[in-house]
Amino acid sequence: MIELYDSFTAYLQGFLFGIYPYICMGVFLIGSLIRFDRDQYTWRSGSSQMLRARQLRLGSNLFHYSIIFLFFGHLIGLLTPHWGYEWAIRPETKQLLAVYSGGAAGIVCFVGLSLLLHRRLFDPRIRRTSTFADMAILVLLWVQLTLGLVTLPFSLGHEDAGIMLALAAWSQAILTFQARASELVIGLPFPYLAHLVLGMTLFLLTPFTRLVHIFSAPVWYLFRSWQIVRLRGGATARPGPVPRPGLAPVPAPVLAEQRPRVPAE
Amino acid sequence: MSHFLDRLTYFRKYAGSFANGHGETTTESRAWEDAYRSRWAHDKVVRSTHGANCTGSCSWKIYVKGGIVTWETQQTDYPRTRPGLPNHEPRGCSRGASYSWYLYSANRVKYPMIRKRLLKLWREAKALHADPVAAWKSIQDDPVKRRDYQQVRGQGGFVRASWDEAEEIVAAANVHTVKRHGPDRVIGFSPIPAMSMVSYAAGSRYLSLIGGVCMSFYDWYCDLPPSSPQTWGEQTDVPESADWYNAGFIMMWGSNVPQTRTPDAHFMAEARYRGTKVVTVTPDYSEASKFADLWLHPKQGTDAALALAMGHVILSEWHAQGRGDYFLDYCRRYSDMPMLVLLTERDGRLVPDRQLRASDLAGNAGEANNPDWKTVAIDDATGNPYIPTGSIGFRWGEQGKWNLEGRDARTLEAVTPRLTLLGNETAPVAFPYFGDGAPEFFNPTALGDTVTHDVPVASVTLADGSSARVATVYDLFLANYGVLRDGRTNYDALAPYTPAWAEAVCGVPRAQIVSVAREFGDNAEKTRGKSMVILGAALNHWYHSDMNYRGIINLLVMCGCIGQSGGGWAHYVGQEKLRPQSGWIPVAFATDWARPPRQQNSTSFWYAHTDQWRYETVQVKDLLSPTAPQPLSGQLIDFNIRAERMGWLPSAPQLARNPLTIAADAEAAGVPVPQYVAQSLKSGALEMSCEDPDHPANWPRNLFVWRSNLLGSSGKGHEYFLKHLLGTQHGVQGKDLGEQGEAKPEEAAWHDEAPKGKLDLLVTLDFRMSTTCMYSDIVLPTATWYEKHDLNTSDMHPFIHPLSAAVDPAWESRTDWAIFRGIAKRFSAMANGHLGKERDVVLTPLMHDSPAELGQTHVIRDWKKGEVEPIPGKTMPSVTVVERDYPNTFARFTALGPLMEKLGNNGKGMAWKTGDEVGFLRHLNGEVEVPGVEGKLARMDTDIDACETLMHLAPETNGHVAVKAWEALGKATGRDHRHLALPKEHEAIRFRDVQAQPRKIISSPIWSGLESEEVCYNAGYTNVHELIPWRTLSGRQQLYQDHPWMLAFGEALCLYRPPVDLRAHQALHNAKPNGHPEVALNFITPHQKWGIHSVYTDNLLMLTLSRGGPIVWISETDAATMGIEDNDWIEAFNANGALCARAVVSQRVPKGMIMMYHAQEKIVNVPGSEITHARGGIHNSVTRATVKPTHMIGGYAQLAYGFNYYGTIGTNRDEFVVVRKMAKVDWMDGPRITPQAADLRAAE
Repeated sequence: MIELYDSFTAYLQGFLFGIYPYICMGVFLIGSLIRFDRDQYTWRSGSSQMLRARQLRLGSNLFHYSIIFLFFGHLIGLLTPHWGYEWAIRPETKQLLAVYSGGAAGIVCFVGLSLLLHRRLFDPRIRRTSTFADMAILVLLWVQLTLGLVTLPFSLGHEDAGIMLALAAWSQAILTFQARASELVIGLPFPYLAHLVLGMTLFLLTPFTRLVHIFSAPVWYLFRSWQIVRLRGGATARPGPVPRPGLAPVPAPVLAEQRPRVPAE
Repeated sequence: MSHFLDRLTYFRKYAGSFANGHGETTTESRAWEDAYRSRWAHDKVVRSTHGANCTGSCSWKIYVKGGIVTWETQQTDYPRTRPGLPNHEPRGCSRGASYSWYLYSANRVKYPMIRKRLLKLWREAKALHADPVAAWKSIQDDPVKRRDYQQVRGQGGFVRASWDEAEEIVAAANVHTVKRHGPDRVIGFSPIPAMSMVSYAAGSRYLSLIGGVCMSFYDWYCDLPPSSPQTWGEQTDVPESADWYNAGFIMMWGSNVPQTRTPDAHFMAEARYRGTKVVTVTPDYSEASKFADLWLHPKQGTDAALALAMGHVILSEWHAQGRGDYFLDYCRRYSDMPMLVLLTERDGRLVPDRQLRASDLAGNAGEANNPDWKTVAIDDATGNPYIPTGSIGFRWGEQGKWNLEGRDARTLEAVTPRLTLLGNETAPVAFPYFGDGAPEFFNPTALGDTVTHDVPVASVTLADGSSARVATVYDLFLANYGVLRDGRTNYDALAPYTPAWAEAVCGVPRAQIVSVAREFGDNAEKTRGKSMVILGAALNHWYHSDMNYRGIINLLVMCGCIGQSGGGWAHYVGQEKLRPQSGWIPVAFATDWARPPRQQNSTSFWYAHTDQWRYETVQVKDLLSPTAPQPLSGQLIDFNIRAERMGWLPSAPQLARNPLTIAADAEAAGVPVPQYVAQSLKSGALEMSCEDPDHPANWPRNLFVWRSNLLGSSGKGHEYFLKHLLGTQHGVQGKDLGEQGEAKPEEAAWHDEAPKGKLDLLVTLDFRMSTTCMYSDIVLPTATWYEKHDLNTSDMHPFIHPLSAAVDPAWESRTDWAIFRGIAKRFSAMANGHLGKERDVVLTPLMHDSPAELGQTHVIRDWKKGEVEPIPGKTMPSVTVVERDYPNTFARFTALGPLMEKLGNNGKGMAWKTGDEVGFLRHLNGEVEVPGVEGKLARMDTDIDACETLMHLAPETNGHVAVKAWEALGKATGRDHRHLALPKEHEAIRFRDVQAQPRKIISSPIWSGLESEEVCYNAGYTNVHELIPWRTLSGRQQLYQDHPWMLAFGEALCLYRPPVDLRAHQALHNAKPNGHPEVALNFITPHQKWGIHSVYTDNLLMLTLSRGGPIVWISETDAATMGIEDNDWIEAFNANGALCARAVVSQRVPKGMIMMYHAQEKIVNVPGSEITHARGGIHNSVTRATVKPTHMIGGYAQLAYGFNYYGTIGTNRDEFVVVRKMAKVDWMDGPRITPQAADLRAAE
């Protein structure tokens, strides 16, 4: 019985931390791609600001700024190889930095997310116009954030930063397709494991929810020209008007520099 | 291929830059644009229009995509106007543009719906009786069963049913009613055929074939201005909107053109670019005033005072000073002003009596034919009286002298009639004055009840050798206006009807009155009549609407504007102009099978059968003139009964017995039927139904409502409908005459217990669940305006164009034609064994445009009182025996009957043969055999068959018929008018033609204007330019009304009459307090901005643009008094009932009035009333119809009955309501409250 239990635990461990990450990544990438190609009109954040702005304005700002900080914090913190920072900062210090900055951002995020969740569930207009996925993803984010905050005391209890290093090693192993990566997280406290599984699940669910909008954050908007004109007959464009026999072909657009100046009449 | 791959072009998408690097060009995909292209792509575009009573008649493109109507846009292919005149486009408005919402809305009626309680009773009865007629009888014979479903009308409880079952119940009810009570107990109400004429005809054809009654609407809607038939003998005829452009001076008087005539408003803007001056006259600051150079705002209900004062100025400055040859010449030729009026001594005063007739003179002045009906003038050259041609006596019984050539009828010499007897001796003549007193809230001017003026008179020797004093209408007319004849003006005197007097009554400064009148007259003189007044319901809905209107008509006649292009009387209320009318009548009223049809004036009918007369507060004695020639007593209903008895007004039901049984009795007695009816009436063996409207034998039993929202829109006295006609929950607060211990009517039988629930069955056909549907027993789903074939015309433009089926009727709906066709089929089958070939005795009033209009002379004699013998068609209604073939109703419905070839066709007194046209229709529509008829008949199976039939029979759409009609008229006038139609003789417009493009109709003598390339359509144009007489006593524009009742009520000449006191609000003022202050306000119901004209206010798009529910407008001052802020819930109530709405507090509204756009549906956001404890009512919950005796006059030249032509009108503007803020808004979301429970609550 015990063997069976142990073997099942081992199997589960192997599956959740060795195989499940790839399933999630695969669905995340391929699913998003399919959705982007097939369902352009669903590729949106589904903002409900038009229906009720007040609580959204505060909650959304708190949530988005902090979640972006947390996202990149995790990204850099977990994926930077050990040799990439050990010359500059000790792991213990790095952990402290992560715990305090992440903790602060996490609390801000918690406030923002709670506001959004409350609004989503209890504002009758928002509730009526929400899909199940809209509500579910918000609940999952809230749980994931809470789990993340719950791990903080554990991290502070391990001043040697062992857990952090183990998690970083696991992340890097997964990304570099190393066998037996799942073994790297054996024995970590339960909140960490739950946080990992739920985190991966969020990736899994992304293509099916409004989270796809993270791909399309309009950052480029900050750097674009004042005016953008898409050319008719561009390489991948829909064919323009077909020239008919006897009619002059449609002239190519004349760019501004080449256009002769017309004297004012 | 792939959006993702397409985006992987980050390094190549950049193609160049422009504007110094501010812009860049890229090669990114533009495929997203296809989304917009496909959004506006469609499979087909179909031409249709909106069958609303909005007069717009706009041609629309209906877009269909995937079998679904997606949207509509305005058509822009109207035939071009001539150079120099703006085009008709764009035509349309936001209401029309949002119509497609209805097709797939939640409010669409998708299946036949039947009241659950009725259906349950029906199925139980069917289980016991195999015969459906017996089953229906078993329900009706049991008062408990009958009340069971009647008392829940309007309170939900519909269940879906099959067409089979719905048709079965309707047919069974009809057969039973015809057999048991008589066919004239089957009633049909449908308005305004011009908006979808075949759909109208479907029901009216079925009803006419079985002997049912078709109800009028134009008068009931109060859109009919009785002043028009009074003055012109014409229902209403007006210029098309394009003619506004030709005007030099326009007054928009109580007509909100941009809001209610939206598609035509552009002509107003264009006219202003041309330089036309525009003055608006409205109490509120309405949208129309944006077109105005000057906005005059008289107190509501006092428009006649303003019009009279303006007339006073024009008469003083032109006529009294002999200035303006054009004006004088026009009045001489085209008005009755030169006609002589007898002056009589009465109570020591000389008063104007009737117009002098040929029969008054020795030897009938040589006129053997109709000398009673030929008016007299004085030859200006000789000073002798003569008989001018053209009066109505020349219209019947002789030919060739009914024209306005201005000849002496005896010598046929051209004669100039003398307009004024100025220079002769004068005599003091007394004129009634009603401004002496006025109800609360209106300004009285204490000047006595009569005014005496010196009038030049002449003496005439009468036939009996005596001498009588006479005056011309002209001199009386000027005297009545208070105009001085010595060249002076008295504008500042406080005497009727000077500008200073008008200022005191209506509040418009005298300087403005004088300057506007001067400009109006000056423009008319310089342009020969191009001054125009556009007017509408705002003035016409007052009890004394005739005075408002005649005041304006007088202005136009004295300035020679009527019948002149760019001038005249432009009354736009209701889409009354059914252009191909005379081709449509045979189809609509089955006159191809039997004549005459039964038609009833609705106002009198509803007044009697909803028992509004039991609550009448207006006393006849308060209306009578101090110079009345004879004592008239009784109540308003009594006058109506007398009018019906004497054949002035129609009756429905007609006799207190089943009319199918009378012919047999007459045969048994060996007397011809008309004589038998007359004798029986005289002996009392037979009674007319009108004398006892509350007796079950006289109740209307079955009512069809189609193309109408009777109970949500036009039903004045809504709560009385609910209480007495339907027998359901109601909000009537007042007590009837019996309960109040008031005097009872003289003629109408009084029952202490008023009936509740006269109707056995109410069937409504509609495409949306309207307020009327909610109150019905059976609701049948009809096709929308985009799902059927039909025709549409308007008075605003000269085109005929179609409604077309862009898609088939959705769900289980059917076109009106198919529904009535189906009912006819079921009825025919069910009639076997109950009804066969029957002889139906039909009563018809003395009809206008028939010889009967010369029925009764200037002495009123009532056969009931023994003053005269009852003679059918003369002193009582005509009596005709009509054969009905009930089992062949369906066969007759679907074939054009033999009478068209046998008797020909007619219209407005002209008759022509129509054999060629029927022959053509046999080829076009195919032939069909009908049992009992020899040979084959033209088929009329489908709605398109019906369109083709009516268009081919009508002169307006078939040039051959037009020529024949002009020829027929030429016989009467002695002039050749055919040149007006000959250029278009071979033109025949067919249904597919109008589907291709709206077509301009052909000039026809049915109408008084021309459709030509030279002039715009303008009313009275052919009277003035072709010298065709108006269909009045004098043959001229009749400004002097000399019928004894007109004299009795003081309205021989136009004068000012203050609004009447309906005494509806006083008893409830502060009687049921809710803690908020209460104020009495005048209740005004103008036309919609956010509904489909007068009809539909449940359209989500329009509701979204407005406030999404019922609203009323009040002034800031009144709102402050009542502590009301914008958007507060208010309640308005009086003895008639109560309504709840949100307040729009606006500077637009003057103090003292509350405005409610009419027909705001009870089904949209209406809370419960604190007064009635029922759902808060509609605009008509606080109104009650009050009839006017002068509108009941009949058999007297132009004052003769015609369907929708003359008769009582449903006025409602004199009403006051108590207004206050609501303390509690109760949405009544709980279970249904039974009437008993409601009574209990009310008692608490």
